[in-house]
Amino acid sequence: MNEALLHRRLATVIGWAALVSLAVLAVLGLWVAPPDAVQRDAQRLMYLHVPAAWLAYLAFGVTALASALYLWRRTRSAVWDRIAGASAEIGVVFTALTLVLGSLWGRPVWGIWWAWDARLVTTAVLFFLYVGYLALRRIPGPGRATRCAIAALIAFVDVPIVHFSVDWWRTLHQEGTVFNDELKAQIHGTMAFTLFWGVVAFTLVYVYLLDRRYRLEVLEEGRDERELEQAIAERVASGDADGSPAPGTLVDTGARR
Amino acid sequence: MPLVVRLRSAVCLLGRFPALAGVDLDVESGEVVLLSGANGSGKTTLLRLLAGLHRLYSGEADVLGHDLAVDRRGARRGIGLLGHETGCYDDLTVRENLRFAARAAGGDAEASDTALERVGLTAQAGVTHGRLSAGQRRRLALAVMLARDPQLLLLDEPHAGLDAAGRAVLDTVVASAPDEDRTVIIASHELDRTRALAGREIVLAGGVARDGVLEHASQAVPA
Amino acid sequence: MNLWREAMLVAGKDLRIEARSRVTLYQVLPFGLIVVLLFAFALDPSRGVLSRVAPGLFWVAVLLAALLAVSRSFAVETENGARDGLRLSGLDPAAVFLGKAGAIAFQLAVLEVALGAGVALLYDVELRSLGLLVAAAVAATAGVAATGTLYGVLAAGLRVRETLVPLLLLPVVAPVMLGATRAWEAGLGSATSDGWPWVALLALFATLYTSIGMLAFGPLLEEA
Repeated sequence: MNEALLHRRLATVIGWAALVSLAVLAVLGLWVAPPDAVQRDAQRLMYLHVPAAWLAYLAFGVTALASALYLWRRTRSAVWDRIAGASAEIGVVFTALTLVLGSLWGRPVWGIWWAWDARLVTTAVLFFLYVGYLALRRIPGPGRATRCAIAALIAFVDVPIVHFSVDWWRTLHQEGTVFNDELKAQIHGTMAFTLFWGVVAFTLVYVYLLDRRYRLEVLEEGRDERELEQAIAERVASGDADGSPAPGTLVDTGARR
Repeated sequence: MPLVVRLRSAVCLLGRFPALAGVDLDVESGEVVLLSGANGSGKTTLLRLLAGLHRLYSGEADVLGHDLAVDRRGARRGIGLLGHETGCYDDLTVRENLRFAARAAGGDAEASDTALERVGLTAQAGVTHGRLSAGQRRRLALAVMLARDPQLLLLDEPHAGLDAAGRAVLDTVVASAPDEDRTVIIASHELDRTRALAGREIVLAGGVARDGVLEHASQAVPA
Repeated sequence: MNLWREAMLVAGKDLRIEARSRVTLYQVLPFGLIVVLLFAFALDPSRGVLSRVAPGLFWVAVLLAALLAVSRSFAVETENGARDGLRLSGLDPAAVFLGKAGAIAFQLAVLEVALGAGVALLYDVELRSLGLLVAAAVAATAGVAATGTLYGVLAAGLRVRETLVPLLLLPVVAPVMLGATRAWEAGLGSATSDGWPWVALLALFATLYTSIGMLAFGPLLEEA
């Protein structure tokens, strides 16, 4: 009981911390940080875009790690399966957010909705990998956890390969993209701090959401367990009523011995 | 006598439905056990569970020394399942299907030809599976099972669809099993016929084995 | 029986079924050719566009045809409870994986020869390095076949199999598309860069996913 209470308290604290830090981020990002010399205020989208991207990949990493832990006999537990699923649901949202924000940022600044650089393309592929995983997640059955875990690992292994191949492809074409240059540029002072704060704030949001989604899953499974116990009782009772011979009075056919 | 099958409170789910709701079962080597029960009582699920094709939800299950909760595949080499489907390929002939099954189990062409003869399908050896009748498919499934030379035979309503000759073949296979040191579990509705073959009967009802079965005399007299 | 011989047994079984039913030959191959033709309708054949994008279009056509080949490979295992048969057969799942992937790869290879001829005829391309083309094709095909077999068995018992496999497979094989196209561009003379490093990438992908497949096929088959 004590542990559960501690858990709830901790979750509440994290929730409030997430909310507060987001508010602070808004202040930092919109007022405190200076506008970019060239891009003006449009550049402020970076304070959302970069943390969102960080989270998109972090969530996927968590899904992959949890999947691996589920598959490994010694650490097999439903806990990992739930974490993997919850993390993926949150991650897909952040991935979509990353892509949309990237577009919104790119348009006013460089006049383009999309750029074929390694980071963006990999994030787009990541989005589809998430979607596939979540589609699998929705298919019920006893094998769901194993299927999803293996799918997550297959996809996870693919991400660096995608990134590497696209990166190589773009360097061959000698098109250094503006996104790459921009993000490699030295960011100092308040801007750097705001960026860092953004990452922290988003991570808190992620942890909070992960916890909530996890607990929802536990509640659902608890309900399923109770329904199962009832179903078992009904099943056994139905046997009494179906006319089969009762124990002890059977099969004396008289045709043998 | 070693226990070939040992189940304690075995629960097996099909989706969310508890097909087996806590089965206790002991089967010794060389026994011929009849599994009877109404439609939907869980007979097929039980046989498939023993073959490792279904996951054990809770309880204990040991088959041929392998713990099904941990290792579903381990016992498979020694198990033959005669299920509702043949597990064969429509585009391949009887002989090709049988050869594949025999070689997969480590046997050779001879083993498959012998099995073919035993079930009386030699004349249909060149017919593709898709063109076989239901009864012929049953015979083929029996041949596939025999070609694997199993220690534990799990027969799911084996007489269904077979003509008199086919049934005779089946009865011979079952009757000779104890002498060949094989164990047989038959799920069937053909109680007259199978009671003659079996040494023990277990009734399955509501996903649970009803205990207290009458032991028949060991001499089974053909009905 | 050792792994290799069991794999050959399974591959032989699949190829014999194909020889008997001719589905890849009479359905998947024409499908690939139609795709190649459709691309020509979609793009303008008179301005040299086709010959420049030929490698990419070729590999897209191959990938789409591969979806059908994978689907067919596992549809065969759905009839008559064949999956149960495979599980009960005592075959090593890694061998079953290699056998099925091998059979798919073989059929894709035949497909590629035919499609390649089609592309060469319709799109007006120039052959520069056959060795590069073949090496890239072998590595790319192995990678696609391995990944396709992996997702094929993952989705094998599911009712939504038909729509699920494309969704799962295509994003994962994106690097293969990229690498194979770049290598073929070099091999067909429409790019100046070296194609061989891409072949190395394709080989890495193929090795990686074949290994994963050998490990994961067993557990996935059990759940199917």
